[in-house]
Amino acid sequence: MIKLRLLFTTLLAIISLAAAAAAKDITMGFIYVGPKDDYGYNQAHAAGKEGVSKLPGVKTVEEAQVPETVAVQETMRNMIEIDGATVLFPTSFGYFDPHILKVAKQYPKVQFLHCGGLYTPGKHPANVGSYFGYIDEAQYICGIVAAHTSKTGKLGFIAAKPIPQVLRNINSFTLGARTVKPTITVQVIFTGDWAMPVKEAESANSLIDQGVDVLTCHVDSPKVIVQTAEKRGIYSCGYHANQSSVAPKGYLTGAEWDWTSVYSMYAKLLQEGKKLNDGGIPHLVRGGIKEGFVKVSPYGPAVSDAAKKDADAALAQFKNGTMVIYKGEIKDNTGKVVIPAGTELKQQDPVLEQMNYLVEGVVGSVK
Amino acid sequence: MSASLGFWEIPIAVLAGAIRGGTPFLFVSTGECLTEKSGKINLGLEGVLLMGAMSAYAISYKTGSPWCGLLAAGGAGLILGFIHAWLSQQPKVNDIAAGIAMIIFGSGLAFFLGKPYIQPLAPQLPGLNLGGWSSIPAIQSALKICPLFFVGVAIAFAMNWFFRSTRWGLFVRAVGDKPDAARAMGISVWGVRTLSIMAGSCLAGFGGAYLSLFYPGSWTERVSGGQGMIAVALVIFGRWNPVQCLWASLLFGGAQALGPALQSIGVSSYYYLFNASPYILTLLVMIATCSDKKQLAGQPGALGTGL
Amino acid sequence: MEPDAAETFAPEIAAVTMAASPPSRRRTFRWRSKLEAVVIPVGVILVSMILFGVFVALQGADPIAVFASMKKASFGTWFSIQNTLVRAAPLMLCALCTAIPLRLGLVVIGNEGALVIGGLCATAAGLQCQNASASTVHIVMAATGMLGGGLWIMLVGILKQYRGVNETISSLLMNYVAIAVLNQAVNTWMKDPDSLNKPSSYPIPDEKMLQPFGDTQIHWGLVFGIIYCFCAWFLIHKTTFGFQVRTIGANIRVARLAGLAVGPVTLITCFLAGAAPGLAGMVEVAAIHGRANESLNAWYGYTGILVAFLARQNALACIFVSVILGGLLASGGILQRAHHLPDATIVVFQGIVFLTILFSESLYGRFKFFREDTA
Repeated sequence: MIKLRLLFTTLLAIISLAAAAAAKDITMGFIYVGPKDDYGYNQAHAAGKEGVSKLPGVKTVEEAQVPETVAVQETMRNMIEIDGATVLFPTSFGYFDPHILKVAKQYPKVQFLHCGGLYTPGKHPANVGSYFGYIDEAQYICGIVAAHTSKTGKLGFIAAKPIPQVLRNINSFTLGARTVKPTITVQVIFTGDWAMPVKEAESANSLIDQGVDVLTCHVDSPKVIVQTAEKRGIYSCGYHANQSSVAPKGYLTGAEWDWTSVYSMYAKLLQEGKKLNDGGIPHLVRGGIKEGFVKVSPYGPAVSDAAKKDADAALAQFKNGTMVIYKGEIKDNTGKVVIPAGTELKQQDPVLEQMNYLVEGVVGSVK
Repeated sequence: MSASLGFWEIPIAVLAGAIRGGTPFLFVSTGECLTEKSGKINLGLEGVLLMGAMSAYAISYKTGSPWCGLLAAGGAGLILGFIHAWLSQQPKVNDIAAGIAMIIFGSGLAFFLGKPYIQPLAPQLPGLNLGGWSSIPAIQSALKICPLFFVGVAIAFAMNWFFRSTRWGLFVRAVGDKPDAARAMGISVWGVRTLSIMAGSCLAGFGGAYLSLFYPGSWTERVSGGQGMIAVALVIFGRWNPVQCLWASLLFGGAQALGPALQSIGVSSYYYLFNASPYILTLLVMIATCSDKKQLAGQPGALGTGL
Repeated sequence: MEPDAAETFAPEIAAVTMAASPPSRRRTFRWRSKLEAVVIPVGVILVSMILFGVFVALQGADPIAVFASMKKASFGTWFSIQNTLVRAAPLMLCALCTAIPLRLGLVVIGNEGALVIGGLCATAAGLQCQNASASTVHIVMAATGMLGGGLWIMLVGILKQYRGVNETISSLLMNYVAIAVLNQAVNTWMKDPDSLNKPSSYPIPDEKMLQPFGDTQIHWGLVFGIIYCFCAWFLIHKTTFGFQVRTIGANIRVARLAGLAVGPVTLITCFLAGAAPGLAGMVEVAAIHGRANESLNAWYGYTGILVAFLARQNALACIFVSVILGGLLASGGILQRAHHLPDATIVVFQGIVFLTILFSESLYGRFKFFREDTA
């Protein structure tokens, strides 16, 4: 038995050695819709690109501030034709349809990995894949911490647009908070666009005036919101990246991306010569806390021990895969049952990526 | 413990928003008012606002003094103002086109030089706590007002007095109304316009400093959000009268706050159209008050004629 | 105290009426002014390149290498020329929205709004008739796009003509209104429930889209742009209507005294001007996006304003200037990819180029050497 295992491990070692020897140099192209130093969404991706560029045999090329027009098609073609990129990571949601789909058909040998899209087999080209992180898991943890910290029982959420990705974050945050205090409410304000600093500050102020004492958000650059919360002496949870330096007193925790681990995973697969076309690389890659796609910021000084205990317990459940956020019965905030009792929607369930409601406890409307 | 204010929150939010959010409008509109009174349009204040915001934040961060940042923003405004003044007074150069080129140049430069300052925290301008008498945090916060606001109000009134009762104010108006007559009087049209545009642009630079150093109080590339573009409309709204520009700015600031405030008490629909309400309102006011028979009262005669 | 408009305009009238009158001078080869028209633009390009070169060098990059890669990315290969032409197509159409009314003496900057409205109308109409043949869909979309954009700018003309509302300001404000209408429409009334994370209208079926030519990226937008520019040029310079437009632009009082129908001419001109970016909006939808969403608002309109001024309001020159600017836009990315310069670098360069070109306007006729009469 022991011999067999020994044989097996040696075999494995040989295979991986062979794979390493065969590892090809790859050029990865990254495209961002905004400036790559926005202290938010784009910066998180750029940090992932920085991380992966340190790996041996990986060359990277990047372009920021690329609008969702013909400009991105041109950038993709340039990266392929001039820079020799064999895999592209266009990171904005709006790049997918029609831009990536169009260019992917023209370059069937290049791999297109899109952040946030929903790959549909048969409908989309075989050299297209999509990846995204279940950052709502981290939002769930933030909700737990926020509910423990709040004294008024009112939490605030400043969001850009009522789209599924955003609604899911709001809902998970609320469900997390409601495990602690079932009567807590989350007031949501939609600003209408991804980066509107003045409107975000205005929204933060009006939420605080309404008695909200923990704020979080889903906008491109959360700095202004976290900063406003700190100025007004309330607590905040960050998003996209760790904003604790902006609010040393009131920063509780935050939902962060860890794209380096995702991009390194892809780099490894690609160096091994695997491809989307033949199924070597899965078309739909999703992951949460367990897979290392997302993480929570270290707790700030205002987080109580009880909050830490509950949050850590939930974190452990996420890590061992026993946590299900969307477990019936869940009603939306108009009283309609959206997930019937007894139904459990696992994170991977595509239904969750089409969310169009706000759960009970959220004050606001998706219209 | 703060009690929720319910529907009272809206007037408070609008009032606070009018002051908080209206201050940059106040600076750009009084600046634009001075520029236009001299007979030129400066559409490039958006670029100045961004350059002001960036340089104020950067210098405040480097020196540790927000007041140095404020000076830097004014300086940036003066320099960009000089470029616009010089360019737009060349023969055959249209001031609208020059303004759009200045938006691109100013914002490009601000984005380029501002990259290292997005993440760090710069010392902020202090606020005056005028709400100490109230125990309600919402009111305290609404009445925490940046001294720049009072400076802006003072500038609006002073500028009004300047136009009406001073010799130099008369020069500016003369140059703006009848440049040829002014020239015949021995006034240097070039000199008066250059100074007016530079001073107006300097004010817009202060507006930018307010954005990055007080409210919302950070440097990001989207911080101006088109506030400089709308200065031109505000001036029309205020009929080329600095004091009316003040009211117009407060109105625009308040309108900006109304949307989020309504949502925060649960009224939320049509926020895209709602966000455009200041522009629609200005348009309606223009339609209601303009006439094809005569120019608007207060409109400088040479404005937009290329003279 | 109302300033007398005619008096204020006086010095310009002579110059403009001369320009507006039909050409009648002797046709001798005027090499000096031809040379001027070459030397000044070349000088402009050199000066702005030197300014930008210094700027880049200060950032520690090699200016020569930067220019070499910019050339490669804009006009260096057939591949990059395609990129440049694709970028140029919407610019020409947008430029006309400013260039045509300038002939009337109106400074309209509502290009962005007209493009957005045109795109929105074209989408709505295209979706209504999506079961018809592809060419029908295209014609209907183009017609409604032009109608939408045209009426949008005609409104600016109406406000100017009958209420005296300043056209520059009203058209600027209407840009914001148009964008708000677009966002509201794709988020509510026109929203495709399947467009989850990027609210959009229902898509135009793939087979009903405008197809690119052969293996290239170039699509009908470029053809439309060039044709529209030619037509506009012909209309303004070779027809009676164009003569009326130029007369009104030269002196509106004289035009009125001469019995010209100033109102209708203004409105028709504004309509034709707005129809151009409306068509650009239709092309954006029918050739690129396939649906209406916030991506329609991509600053083509504002760049178009500059094209119009840089082309000195000449519709034919708009084609040329758009191609040059298209090249400039297409070369932006390589600065980031190959030289690791920040994304704003190309914006700085654009700013420098625009300012220098605008300044160069004032140089025409300033040098004695280029004057014909001194020869």
